[in-house]
Amino acid sequence: MDLGSTELTSTAHTLLPPLLKLENISLAFKGVKAITDISFEVQAKRITALIGPNGAGKSSLLNVINGVYQPQAGTITFKQIPHKQMTPRYAAQQGIARTFQNIALFKGMSVLDNLLTGRTLKRHSTWLEQAFRVGRAPREDRSNREYVEQLIDFLDLTAWRKTLVGTLPYGIQKRVELGRALAAEPTLLLLDEPMAGMNAQEKQEMSEFIRAINREFGTTIVLIEHDLSVVMSLSNHLVVLDYGKKIGDGSPEEVRHNPEVIAAYLGTRH
Amino acid sequence: MNFFFEVLVGGLLAGVMYSLVAIGFVLIYKASGVFNFAQGAMVLFAALTFVSLLERGVPFWLCFLMTLAVMIVLALGIERWVLAPLANRSPITLFMATLGLSYVIEGLAQLLWGAQVHGLELGIKDEPFIIGGIFLSQFDLFAAGIALSLVIILSIFFNKTQIGLSLRAVADDTLAALAVGIRLPKVWVIVWSVAGFVGLVAGLLWGARVGVQFSLSLIVLKALPVLIIGGFTSIEGAIVGGLIVGASEKLAEVYLGSVIGGGIENWFPYVLALGFLLIRPAGLFGEQAIERV
Repeated sequence: MDLGSTELTSTAHTLLPPLLKLENISLAFKGVKAITDISFEVQAKRITALIGPNGAGKSSLLNVINGVYQPQAGTITFKQIPHKQMTPRYAAQQGIARTFQNIALFKGMSVLDNLLTGRTLKRHSTWLEQAFRVGRAPREDRSNREYVEQLIDFLDLTAWRKTLVGTLPYGIQKRVELGRALAAEPTLLLLDEPMAGMNAQEKQEMSEFIRAINREFGTTIVLIEHDLSVVMSLSNHLVVLDYGKKIGDGSPEEVRHNPEVIAAYLGTRH
Repeated sequence: MNFFFEVLVGGLLAGVMYSLVAIGFVLIYKASGVFNFAQGAMVLFAALTFVSLLERGVPFWLCFLMTLAVMIVLALGIERWVLAPLANRSPITLFMATLGLSYVIEGLAQLLWGAQVHGLELGIKDEPFIIGGIFLSQFDLFAAGIALSLVIILSIFFNKTQIGLSLRAVADDTLAALAVGIRLPKVWVIVWSVAGFVGLVAGLLWGARVGVQFSLSLIVLKALPVLIIGGFTSIEGAIVGGLIVGASEKLAEVYLGSVIGGGIENWFPYVLALGFLLIRPAGLFGEQAIERV
């Protein structure tokens, strides 16, 4: 295998402009560099995985994409519009939804209500319309409810519709969080370790859901995952980080044979 | 027996007045998990603004609307200068901030309108009338009616609108709320404005009862046992808690006062609250803490 080819993105989709393009992103916290000069592209309707050892800057990168962190340098181009930085609300409005590494659900609310919060930006009626159930409110209510019920069905959550999410098992909570992100009908879905702490069977199930979302909704997915066998089979494109720098970028096959990647994972001296 | 009922009903109606104050706390607690110590100062500020405008010859309804506008401006200021800079801090930090805020608001109120005691006449006769042999205060019935309508309005507002859902979401996880596109500043301004509105209503009724004066800000302390008994997160709980506090303190005063000495009314609610803390720490209607270990 040609070792130099890992810097090339896979060939099939290079004709279309990428959905998301990061150029020379750098992020530091009070002088401590988290991300150094990272650039990569995410093609529409594909599954891109960010991999790398702990502390490599993967979560920070997701946080840059949806505006939780503001990078000191670089450009984030989403749907052909370049930004110096994003804000979480703007990112949400542009169609970016996400899940978090440590489940960030609304624990005191039911599964149904959690998913309904995902529809926040789909509501255009004013609170007066909602309070008196006039104007756009009833129609919106109905369509939001229908959409969410479909998702609950799709994600096999029917048994827990009315259950408070704080009481659910971990694996189910992960799925509810996925559902809340999906409820926004995102163009780009960011998943921060969707399979962390799961056993092999749960990982298998989650992989199936992610694949189905990508296939049926045409959602572009960027995910972080440590289990390489899962990543290799799930994603079309891998970006490898180590110490805040990009050390690999390409198809799973290309990345698998990249000596720098192997070194980072197996601990060979750099 | 008639006497018992008279004490009971009188106590229940007085309890409604406590509930009115407690509801203001519940709103802010629901949205941010913080006991807003400044709620009492907001009650004082609203009542003082209202009565000062009224004394300058402004018509009653205009006074109400103008005071409401002032409370909304106050909410905007609090969001801008207190809540936004302290976003994502621990609840105890926010609590300390509300403690400081209460002094600022109290100071502001007296700076603007002076420190003298004002009488407030809402035009409700306080003549008692008799139903089934029980003396009832007309004013107390009026206050109960206001509290009931307030609860209905608030429950529609928070259960039927997206704002209610957003509010609970923000309280549970700010970061996730932002990620689904909830506008944090907007939710905060709305909640504090509504708390200001509730403070205004409570301020008018309390002001009419005891006069508009500095001690109004101390009704915070009376709301505390109400919240502990009813639960910090429930508007219904604030009502029930208020009724329990009102009724029990009056009954205790009348029936225990003769045995262990008078003045029980002042401390009985706190003892009762202490009992609740031991038996049911989340209160009657409060959300039980959910934790997987």
